[in-house]
Amino acid sequence: MTRYRCPDCGYVYDEAQGDPHEGYSPGTLFAELPDDFVCPDCVVRAKQDFVSVDG
Amino acid sequence: MKTYAIAHPQRGLIEYRDRKRLLWLGSLIYPVVSLSGIGLYLLTGHEWTLVAPLVANYIVIPLVDWLVGEDPSNPPEELVPALEADPFYRWLPLLTVPMHFAVLIIVAAFAGTHTLSIGGFLVLALTAGLYSGLGINTAHELGHKKQALERWMSRIVLAVPTYGHFCVEHNRGHHRNVATPGDPASSRMGESIYRFSLREIPGGFRRGWAAEQERLQRQGKSVWSLDNEVLQSYALSAVLQLGLIAAFGWIMIPFLLIHNVVAWWQLTSANYVEHYGLLRQKLPDGGFEHCLPHHSWNTNYVASNLLLFHLERHSDHHAHPTRRYQSLRNFPDLPTLPMGYSGLFLIAMVPPLWYALMDKRLLALPHVRGDLSRVNIEPTRRAHIEARYGRNSAPATAAHGTP
Repeated sequence: MTRYRCPDCGYVYDEAQGDPHEGYSPGTLFAELPDDFVCPDCVVRAKQDFVSVDG
Repeated sequence: MKTYAIAHPQRGLIEYRDRKRLLWLGSLIYPVVSLSGIGLYLLTGHEWTLVAPLVANYIVIPLVDWLVGEDPSNPPEELVPALEADPFYRWLPLLTVPMHFAVLIIVAAFAGTHTLSIGGFLVLALTAGLYSGLGINTAHELGHKKQALERWMSRIVLAVPTYGHFCVEHNRGHHRNVATPGDPASSRMGESIYRFSLREIPGGFRRGWAAEQERLQRQGKSVWSLDNEVLQSYALSAVLQLGLIAAFGWIMIPFLLIHNVVAWWQLTSANYVEHYGLLRQKLPDGGFEHCLPHHSWNTNYVASNLLLFHLERHSDHHAHPTRRYQSLRNFPDLPTLPMGYSGLFLIAMVPPLWYALMDKRLLALPHVRGDLSRVNIEPTRRAHIEARYGRNSAPATAAHGTP
């Protein structure tokens, strides 16, 4: 399980926790998020902009 | 005044004296200005004094902006985390929420219990709508925050202007598509505010509803679920407005209809002036470049910014939407509006005046320099605009860097 950070606002998508408010259940891999996924907090960075936190 | 300080490993002691700290109470108190007319009426018995809040908004504030002028300064970036963590700044917008409810209820109660001329009644309904529209600004500041309390309070305060879809639409729709031709909340060069409103009002509602429907579908829920954040706010609006009708009678129906439309018009006006004609460039992959500060119009007028939680520092807000109001920055060479919002909202309602004020300003921007391919143009006015200004009167400079 990996975590990915939004480079603008610091939101972290943690695959172990998912994001239930956005409809992504715990265990949903980052790769499984839709291609048009954007940062749920700032919305100005897209999936391809996210950076892996855990290297 | 408060002084923030940090011992920086390379730069030594960095200090910032926050001179405007207490002046931010203006954003908390501003909604109460709406009651000044009622206060003067009760003191003098003259109905014409009810116009006081409209005079304050459209004449006094632009005048104070002109007298006090601009403040282009920014807090040191190293101290922004401390500034953002200051509970004083966190609580101001939260405490503004009950002000909006109180204002609507008091003005409605006054209109419902006093014998007034039609003119007096209209002025009260306009006043209530104008200052409830300000509630959308409070919801805007709260709705961008990450904490659940702020997000809940944003939905609650949106019940006052009856615009429950705003935060969903604004965050997930407008911010994503701002300054692109398809964004119903970004106005185009040559587009009057009236034509814009026919795109912006229904387009915003549809986009907000669709975004919430998609989120709930991913959760396996119906759009009619109690977790629908748009419906939660509208349900509270229904309770509030039906309660006012039950309390003060049928006269509340025209009052609230006018109030609602005027409140919505405040957001339409803000959206109209904030991105007029600005355009993000398309990338080779078909998407748009990131939103940069020069994709929003900015102003640094002190007074109106202090009354609007820094909404007029809009360039940094769109580039970095989760920054709190107290730490929004000015940048060099930003698209700059010639005055604060309330004066501009009036000018926008007279399209020839608006075009005369803004079109040359838009074309003269450093990243545009007359290149119409860098302008978001109303399609039905394109031929007219190209004939008047030429397709490309000067080459544009390279896009600005990302601050």
